[in-house]
Amino acid sequence: MKRGIVEVGLGVSLAAVVVLATLKMFGFALAAEAPGLHLKGVPAPAGSPFKTLYSGYQFRSAATKAMQDDDFSNPGMLAIDPATTEWSHVEGTAGKSCASCHQDVAKTMHGVGATYPKWNARLKRPVTLEQQINICRTQHMGAKPWAFKSDNLTNMTTLIRYESRGMPVKVATDGPVTPWYDKGKKLYYTRIGQLDMSCANCHQKYYGHHIRADLLSQGQINDFPTYREKAQHLVPVEQRFMGCMKNVRATPYKPFSDEFMELELYLASRGNGLNVETPGVRN
Amino acid sequence: MAIPRFRVPATAKKGDVIAIKTLIQHPMDSGFLKDKSGKIIPRMIINHFDCKYLGKVIFTAKLEPSISANPFIEFYARAEADGDFEFTWIDDKGTVTKAKAPIKVTA
Repeated sequence: MKRGIVEVGLGVSLAAVVVLATLKMFGFALAAEAPGLHLKGVPAPAGSPFKTLYSGYQFRSAATKAMQDDDFSNPGMLAIDPATTEWSHVEGTAGKSCASCHQDVAKTMHGVGATYPKWNARLKRPVTLEQQINICRTQHMGAKPWAFKSDNLTNMTTLIRYESRGMPVKVATDGPVTPWYDKGKKLYYTRIGQLDMSCANCHQKYYGHHIRADLLSQGQINDFPTYREKAQHLVPVEQRFMGCMKNVRATPYKPFSDEFMELELYLASRGNGLNVETPGVRN
Repeated sequence: MAIPRFRVPATAKKGDVIAIKTLIQHPMDSGFLKDKSGKIIPRMIINHFDCKYLGKVIFTAKLEPSISANPFIEFYARAEADGDFEFTWIDDKGTVTKAKAPIKVTA
């Protein structure tokens, strides 16, 4: 049984190689950007592997873009109202809500979401925004942490990121986070799974090219949590990572694991300079 | 939980054709999908939507499975007089969600 799966995997990657070779034979340039795409980007910061940074938005159809642009038709906006209610919902043994410490979400969280994953001095490690929300809940509110992919956690993450919408992503990569950043970078370039692919194989080398009927993006995460038309709900970034890992037939890391935190830290920093778009709308 | 959203202009001139947008949060389970254990997820969709204006139903929609989650419906109406647009969504469980949007009509 197991052997059969391996052979299927090999067959697909072989087919991919053949397709790429055929493309080259017929003179299709495998340059960094496909011809005929009109992408609007921002100049990449120093040290970036890209010349220009493109949000995933740039690779989507006019209809999907229009859906994101109009706050009314953007279904991701459905998270904002319940999360705003939850913000002042008192829970846990300390008798506190988010608002007890952070007051008005629109003021105190302005620009905060753009800086995560961020160093947590008390824990002496960087944490993702989801982890920070649960740290607040368990340590300051005395409440139970919210589960991965739960409506409450995804909605709250969306609300906090939404308060930074339009502001450039600004994730620190120097100072104490450096070793974690380096680990994330290593994960990004490490080939995994039966298809033996790294993130870079698709999202760095072939962005702007088709993968089946879809366009590959640079893999930027400035729009997360993002409303995926495929999933029909808001998708947190770690769920998206899991999807990519399953696609290359690797075993996904555990939710809220160090690996995902490192990868998110590295990936988010690759988008430093792009505007936060949360909630985005993607295929 | 179904959370409705709607957008109706606050004012309009008599005789103007206005766009009305509605969206409701709903999973719209088609009844064709299976969960992880292989069991069919029962059909659970919004099957009916209507809009009343000045006591008359001016728009009705019969929704079917395979319409995406969070159905978005946009339609047009002619502003005649001051009044409310009353929206009603009904789902397979019989849950009725109602919402109202007032409009002021100027001569």
